[in-house]
Amino acid sequence: MRYLTDRKRAEGKGAAHTGTEHHWYMTVSSVGLAFLVPTFLIVFGSALGGTREEVLATFARPFPAILTALTLLVGMMHFKNGAKMMIEDYWQGTLRKALIMLVVGLSWTIIATGLYALAKIAL
Amino acid sequence: MVQLTLPKNSRMTTGKTWPKPEGKNVRKFQIYRWNPDDGKNPQLDTYFVDLDDCGPMVLDALIYIKNNIDPTLTFRRSCREGICGSCAMNIDGINTLACIYGMDEVKGDVKIYPLPHMPVVKDLIPDLTHFYAQHASIMPWLETKTNRPAKEWKQSIEDREKLDGLYECVMCACCSTSCPSYWWNGDKYLGPAALLHAYRWIIDSRDEATGERLDDLEDPFKLYRCHTIMNCTKTCPKGLNPAKSIAEIKRMMVNRVV
Repeated sequence: MRYLTDRKRAEGKGAAHTGTEHHWYMTVSSVGLAFLVPTFLIVFGSALGGTREEVLATFARPFPAILTALTLLVGMMHFKNGAKMMIEDYWQGTLRKALIMLVVGLSWTIIATGLYALAKIAL
Repeated sequence: MVQLTLPKNSRMTTGKTWPKPEGKNVRKFQIYRWNPDDGKNPQLDTYFVDLDDCGPMVLDALIYIKNNIDPTLTFRRSCREGICGSCAMNIDGINTLACIYGMDEVKGDVKIYPLPHMPVVKDLIPDLTHFYAQHASIMPWLETKTNRPAKEWKQSIEDREKLDGLYECVMCACCSTSCPSYWWNGDKYLGPAALLHAYRWIIDSRDEATGERLDDLEDPFKLYRCHTIMNCTKTCPKGLNPAKSIAEIKRMMVNRVV
């Protein structure tokens, strides 16, 4: 039980003065992914069903390699920010913080693993 | 995690069915009832209204029930013409004003609940204390720094037109209580009604606190909890577009930094 005025409850801790960057990044990355994902799927589809050597040769070329790296990076960053927003929507307290840490860690791990594999193929 | 099921003491039970009157034009109403004094769970009472003896709006039926069947039925009402916003409630699954919602718009039985996801004071009366405090927090008044003019703050016709679709809001809370983001994070998220009002003052050409107003809104929860679900715009009984106002605020935020 706390004796707080209604205004005090509504004001809370005040504005955090953040959020615009997140909003703008999600808008920009959405537009970027609208071009990246279909192009990546075409490249990925063309390599699908080939032998190991053919697939490695495809992703060793500059365009498919850079496209895949960009799709992975922008896509996972978009996922990280979106998942963070979703967690903030539905969870609260310590569990919220723990889940955000988990999703950020998972996203960066996937990005690092993917880029490492790609570098190994392309370089 | 957010609570997806009702707590035990909020689960609905079958309520009382009142006698059906004689007559051909009788309509069945199922109305949420809850009294904080009797310690019972909420219940859905069934009433029958003779439409030949009653006005065409849902509020007319509620007043008929209160006057002729059950005087304990509790609800807010005042103007009866969609100006005061008092009789906001959930009718047939839609948040709307009972005074301007016709019974002919409802198919089948008329089911009436209080505005969703708000604490209930009694029957159809939600507790709007926090909602009003959030409205007050956006400073819904003209903020100026220039010395007050001798006669009046002037405004061009074009600038005045920018307030159309904003000033008409009657603060009925239909929009905010239809918003899932407000359901889950209503303690921090301002909700569509408060944000529409915030935009009304941000866009006012006479107001000189635009920067401060935007500063106060720049927050992951206060503003950016809006995910453009659009329930607010769909449900607004006055035909306003709170989602557009929120989008405009977001656009102004981006324009400040990009």
